[in-house]
Amino acid sequence: MIVVFLQLTLGFYFLGTLLLLVYLLRRSDVLAKVALGMTGVGCTIHTGVLVFQVVSGADAWRVSFQSALSFFSWSLVIVFLTAVFLQRLYVLGSFMLPLAFLALVSTAVLPSETQALHPMFQEVWIHVTLSMLGTVGFAVAFVSGVMYLTQDWLLKSKQFNLLYAKLPPLDFLDRLNQRSILLGFPFLTMGILTGAMSAQITFGAYLSWNSEQIWALVTWAFYLVVMMGRVTVGWRAKKAAYLTVVGFVGVLLTFLGVILKGESFPISS
Amino acid sequence: MNVIVVGLSHKTAPVKLRELLMVPDSRIGEAVKRLMAHPSIHEGVFLQTCNRVEVYAVTDHADDGFSGVQEFLVDTHLSLSAEQLLPHLYWHAGDRAITHLFRVASSLDSLVVGEPQILGQVKECFMDASTHDASGVILNKVFQKAISVAKRVRTETRIAENAVSVSYAAVELAKKVFGNLSEQTVMLVGAGEMAKLAAQHLVADGVQQVFLTTRDSLRARDMADRFHGTPMPFEKFRTYLYKADIVLCSTGAPHYVIGPEDVERAVRERWNRPIFLIDVAVPRNIDPAVRQVDNAFLFDMDDLEKCVERNRDERRKEAVRAERIVQDEVGIMLRWMQALKATPVIIALRKHAEDIKHAELQKVFGRLGMLTPEQREAMEHLASGIIKKLLHGPFVALKDAAQMSNGSMYIEAARHFYDLEKHLVAKDSVDVRGPVDRKPSGGDGLPSASAPESAREKVSE
Repeated sequence: MIVVFLQLTLGFYFLGTLLLLVYLLRRSDVLAKVALGMTGVGCTIHTGVLVFQVVSGADAWRVSFQSALSFFSWSLVIVFLTAVFLQRLYVLGSFMLPLAFLALVSTAVLPSETQALHPMFQEVWIHVTLSMLGTVGFAVAFVSGVMYLTQDWLLKSKQFNLLYAKLPPLDFLDRLNQRSILLGFPFLTMGILTGAMSAQITFGAYLSWNSEQIWALVTWAFYLVVMMGRVTVGWRAKKAAYLTVVGFVGVLLTFLGVILKGESFPISS
Repeated sequence: MNVIVVGLSHKTAPVKLRELLMVPDSRIGEAVKRLMAHPSIHEGVFLQTCNRVEVYAVTDHADDGFSGVQEFLVDTHLSLSAEQLLPHLYWHAGDRAITHLFRVASSLDSLVVGEPQILGQVKECFMDASTHDASGVILNKVFQKAISVAKRVRTETRIAENAVSVSYAAVELAKKVFGNLSEQTVMLVGAGEMAKLAAQHLVADGVQQVFLTTRDSLRARDMADRFHGTPMPFEKFRTYLYKADIVLCSTGAPHYVIGPEDVERAVRERWNRPIFLIDVAVPRNIDPAVRQVDNAFLFDMDDLEKCVERNRDERRKEAVRAERIVQDEVGIMLRWMQALKATPVIIALRKHAEDIKHAELQKVFGRLGMLTPEQREAMEHLASGIIKKLLHGPFVALKDAAQMSNGSMYIEAARHFYDLEKHLVAKDSVDVRGPVDRKPSGGDGLPSASAPESAREKVSE
């Protein structure tokens, strides 16, 4: 049953994504509004699924990587809906919704046995939630970085086209970039700490140097440097945009690490 | 009853002819009175802007109205002859006249399509006409509709959204970099007109701090007064370049005054905060190599022109949507005017019924002798009730019929059935002049006091 609802959500997100991508090339605002409707409906169903999964309880501590990604996707959609509600910033969705859609698609594609953590650590959902909230922050930073670089390029090459007209000012994108990192970083820090604690309980060591942990630490250090760079040596504007785009690759590699770890430590007990 | 327009605009007449027809504000009243003196013109509005002079009028026959307005225009200036004027005039009647007004008010007929001033000018001229009691039921309705159509076009299309002047394009570009301009600082290098114009737009859009520098320190002080800015010695401005978010450059120098190394240093000192440079000088004052500097955005005249050209294209596309809105609204307006045709018959029919009621009541009162006031009132009430109920159907039918193509047949039939000819003859003048809003002028030609007030209220909503 849950699967059907998730597929329904996917369908709505797909339509929303498609419409928002077409919206980039069209002058009509109607497209964006229809896309918003689609995404809204999708998000409502998605919320229902998530609530059901939490309330039904049986899997509460057996947080799979799938449900983590599902939560990540849901949070991105919520950020987009908030941005539209506050700033009427539909164009953010054209860049962000594809990411949310892909995240949700990957839950369907990934082998269902991929498990984030050993069920022995009962509070594992805290680790997953915190890490995912951190990731959402970096994802928003990534999206704003991509938008910044696009707009920068359009301005530099004097292409005053529809995309140029729709993208927000550079200054706004730079601030969005900075704030989302600032928000995401503490979550990731706490996510890593709780993760280390769960590893200690499960494997008897805080750090086992698997690819997930290595990439998580690299990513964490990278964003720390990016944040410090802004205040100490002026890594802002274009440079910050580049760095956050690169940093997000680290996030994706961490995800990959999780999947690989799941395969190397099949939990069959 | 016809709405007509006769006039000339930037599209049909050179400025030297248009300026001859312009009436100074102080003599508008006189001109309007002269227009209204023509026997064939029942209502009139005299519209003049720097790009057009037009007369809108309501007449019984379009051709009489055309010649009346033509005479009026020729008489406007002593040195004008009909031969001189006629080739430049356009004449429209009925739906085409209304379409024309709606297009003018919506700025679809303007030199710069989408410019905002025209609506204000239309309002003003309409108010002048109301003040001088020249517009009546029909033109009041038509002009109020024109104003609301213009507002609808403004809100539903993007016709007025983008800059179509080079100086304003600079502001638009600055907003794409900085978003809010109120926290930004502008540096004006040189005293070229275009740069000053752009600076003025920037200040109007919220820029608080302006630095100025020219070789001529006296001029710098002059400009500092104009923009409430801080003058800066020309020799040192490169050192302070980092303080500026927006640099407007327009000196008379035949060489580059800002090079890539200046901008690179400024960006470094700004900790990579973007800097926005506009070079409106020809020959150029900022080395094009500045384009290669990260976080520096340089735009020269050609870039701004390109931006404006794109916006003009955009406006042309939006204008197509606006034309559709205008067509819709003209349709609504025409239906209203059609319905107006039934008005004289309805008034006559009501008058006819009232006359009968009055006569019959007098007869009955005479026959019955002494009646208490209550009894009289009850009888009057009864008679009125019967009339009202009986006529409600025909009134609705007539109003509906008037909007149909064969409406005049129904109206003719009503005249015939109820034998309304004598009432209609008596009422004809009311129909022509407008039965409700129009108040007769005093013998001395002074307009009645209340008419302009009511018109003003309607306009300012």
